[in-house]
Amino acid sequence: MSLYGPDLLALLPELIIVATACLVIVLDPVTSASRRDLLAWLSVGALAVCLGLTGGQITTLNVRVLAFSDLVVIDAYARFWKILLYGVASLTIFMSLPYLKIERVHLGEYYGFILLALSGMMVMVSGADLLTIYLGTELMSLSLYVMTGFNRSKPRSLEAAAKYFVLGAFSSGILLYGISLLYGLAGSTKLVSIANAVGARGADDPLVLISTILIAVGFGFKLAAVPFHMWTPDVYQGAPTSVTAFMAVGAKAASFAAFMRVFVEGLGGLKADWSFLFLLISVATLVLGNVVAIVQTNIKRMLAYSSIAHAGYALIGFVAAGRSVGASGGTPGLASIMIYLALYSFMTLGAFAVIGMLRKGGIEGEEIEDFTGLAKRQPVAAFLMLIFMASLAGIPPTAGFIGKFYVFMAAVEAGLAWLAAIALIFAVVSAYYYMRVVMVMYMRDPNPSSAAPSCLVNSPALSFVLACAVAGVILFGVFPNPLVGFALQSVLTLK
Amino acid sequence: MYLATESAAKWIALAATLADLFVALPLWWLFDPQASQMQFTEHVAWITSPPIYYSLGLDGISLPLVLMTAGIMPLCVLASWNSITTKVRGFMASLLVMETAMVGVFVAMDFVLFYVFWEAMLIPMYLLIGVWGGANRLYAAIKFFLYTLAGSVLLLVAILVLYFYGGHTFDILALSQGTYPASLQTWLFLAFFAAFAVKVPMFPLHTWLPDAHVEAPTAGSVILASILLKMGTYGFLRFSLPMLPDASRYFTPMMVVLSIIAIIYGAYMALAQIDLKKLIAYSSVSHMGFVTLGLFVLNQQGIEGAVLQMVNHGITTGGLFLCVGVIYERTHSRLIADNAGLAAPMPLYAALLVIFALSSLGLPGTNSFVGEFLVLVGTFLWSKVATALASLGIILAAVYLLWMTQRVVFGVPSPHHFPKLKDLTQREFAMLAPLVILIFWIGLYPNPFVSRMHQSVANTIDSMSRAKVAPTAHPSARRAVPLLADSGEQPKTQDPSQ
Repeated sequence: MSLYGPDLLALLPELIIVATACLVIVLDPVTSASRRDLLAWLSVGALAVCLGLTGGQITTLNVRVLAFSDLVVIDAYARFWKILLYGVASLTIFMSLPYLKIERVHLGEYYGFILLALSGMMVMVSGADLLTIYLGTELMSLSLYVMTGFNRSKPRSLEAAAKYFVLGAFSSGILLYGISLLYGLAGSTKLVSIANAVGARGADDPLVLISTILIAVGFGFKLAAVPFHMWTPDVYQGAPTSVTAFMAVGAKAASFAAFMRVFVEGLGGLKADWSFLFLLISVATLVLGNVVAIVQTNIKRMLAYSSIAHAGYALIGFVAAGRSVGASGGTPGLASIMIYLALYSFMTLGAFAVIGMLRKGGIEGEEIEDFTGLAKRQPVAAFLMLIFMASLAGIPPTAGFIGKFYVFMAAVEAGLAWLAAIALIFAVVSAYYYMRVVMVMYMRDPNPSSAAPSCLVNSPALSFVLACAVAGVILFGVFPNPLVGFALQSVLTLK
Repeated sequence: MYLATESAAKWIALAATLADLFVALPLWWLFDPQASQMQFTEHVAWITSPPIYYSLGLDGISLPLVLMTAGIMPLCVLASWNSITTKVRGFMASLLVMETAMVGVFVAMDFVLFYVFWEAMLIPMYLLIGVWGGANRLYAAIKFFLYTLAGSVLLLVAILVLYFYGGHTFDILALSQGTYPASLQTWLFLAFFAAFAVKVPMFPLHTWLPDAHVEAPTAGSVILASILLKMGTYGFLRFSLPMLPDASRYFTPMMVVLSIIAIIYGAYMALAQIDLKKLIAYSSVSHMGFVTLGLFVLNQQGIEGAVLQMVNHGITTGGLFLCVGVIYERTHSRLIADNAGLAAPMPLYAALLVIFALSSLGLPGTNSFVGEFLVLVGTFLWSKVATALASLGIILAAVYLLWMTQRVVFGVPSPHHFPKLKDLTQREFAMLAPLVILIFWIGLYPNPFVSRMHQSVANTIDSMSRAKVAPTAHPSARRAVPLLADSGEQPKTQDPSQ
């Protein structure tokens, strides 16, 4: 025990989350239906404890604690993502409380799966070894597959789960293939050894390039980047809305975190090559995401394409990081992704919270048409949705503008002003479909013939989620300083 | 505002806009016309990395625009008093958000802060048109939104590029001192042009304006015409000219040609309109052509005329739109044919309408005469042909406005509206009378206005003429000041310090 003591201590937050997950699943059968809320509270309590632990783990900024013979790294970069993920997971739990009850699938193991997925994400952001990162990815993905199909009575939910599983397994295979090739090159799966091996063999080695491409493809699936985005609309639409929110925000953030660490720490020597690759991918992603979103009538599908587009914007920051030269060495680009995804979390969680609780005659109202005239019936809910949509479109003074500002600033600094211009023109395209939601809420009168107009089923938990989301969108839109400072500090440990 | 009742919302909005006006008015006297730097500045750190400041300041160019904004907004609230019946609270809240953003645009001294204000008015204006607008409001609202947004996103890229070329600062004054390569200036000018020309709107980009004007409620039309359009010309004056002097000179012929096309084309379009609001909308395109013309002849008279004309157009066209709103509340029609022959039932209204129309066509003694005259003097120094063509716009303005007045005031009354028409109420008179006073004040004694902008305009021209890249292109601008004094036409524009 004493041998592993420091290592276990480093992983204490992850261990607590996994233990709580097991506890929740074990306790579930012996908990009566009326007291299942307690399981959710137990999960949130564990998250709060972990937040304190993670915050306390890093006392000085430049410390990198390596644990389990360099398989896991605890640094400020990981801390940034973990704190974000704790927040996302707690808001998801609060959002799920009323949602699951209304959908009549309020089962305790749901919270267990959220925690398991979260522990996978935490391992991903802390992985210093390709296999650790792969394990984290799988733990996250497997939990998400189950959660996607959680609404057993709905065929669409099951279909989405099956699709997600097949495509996800496929992409994991590709990722693993890339990892195995790199192992062949370096004789190790540690990011440090890979960086050395890649540096020794040079960028022209075809094996290096092939394995880089395979890893990029594997992560491309997780990030929902074009052309690996096909699963996103179906899965986002079919999954229970709270799960969709968790996927759109948590899984995306964790995947980006791991992706950035792998490509910067492990494959940083190939900057010139992968930045061109991701340049193509980012343009394709934001063009396709934004254009296809226009024709969607289902709001979950629309937000799926919008989340694809947002991945494209975040990737611009990554291209900028790869392209930048000089003293800053890509820091602004990487930090801009962290800022972007953190802010994106607030607005996306808020939007999905509204969607999940919008009911039309007892059924989830997820068509854009169902929002018709919402401003008249529920002005507050409509106004919140307006803020989330404006933020997703990137209109100041909301958080979405700040996120885009930093990404484009990094792009311009890296000499990619033309890329920023293209991306911003497609932001105008995106404004069209976001504003369409505002339009139906505010400017269309509800159809008098429809028997049951949709309205938001409110509950304290939902109000809490919406309050947090809107506070994040507005406060960070007006006072982004703390978040920006935090991201700029945290990114420094990534090297 | 959602806590208040609907009638309380009106009073709160009125009180807020009036309070704003009373806070803004003393600036007129406290402002020092001799000072060449920004006044009433405020400089607070906002974002540390990159350094962005909450930085405000006024100079002689922004002072009249701020005062105009503060003055127009209470009138907008008054104009909406009875005409807005649904969701009053949301309407008034949108008006107040608009005012915040519009004043912010005119006083922001940090480029990012400017952009935040510039974009922040998109959503409230979108709602104003889309929720409380006319029959075709959805189309007009999204058209307005997408046009303006598409223009302004390129501005953001330009701001970021300037940051890295201009010494890692977003400070507008510092950026105005910078020197930028000629090819970069060309690109930046085009990006600025995309943002500002859409807002003005200049000729090929104007198509959103008639739709937005026609569908917007009265207050929305007034805000659009009086204030929003000025943000575009303000942008040209504050950013394009001082920051990109070489590109401005390079593009001057294009800008002048576009302005003249706008003047003549807008006037011709106005001639053909049967809808009062559309007529005024196209007349705005024409009148804003004078403003851009004055700006881009790049001399003291032209720019001073342009700034004055920005204020004049705000007063006059605002008045015209308020008049249309008044009559629309009574007849529920904006068509000239339905509103003919108002002189007999509404004599006071008819008199005010005639005053606004005469002011709009630039009758000597009214405000627009002074502004248009200065612009034409400035243009004359640049090109005589351009002056002749632009003067055509004044003649056409006389044609369409007098023809409109003739039909509306003295035409054959339409039978079904005639009996129930009442003249102006006290509220309506109160919202039109201040504009009439301003029309004659500026028309007869423009000196207080011109002297306050004199130094700032001279600064702008100064910063342009400091040869930055092409030393050969020293403009005739500095010579222009004595020229005006020689002509003796406008002795009042002379600042005592000159």
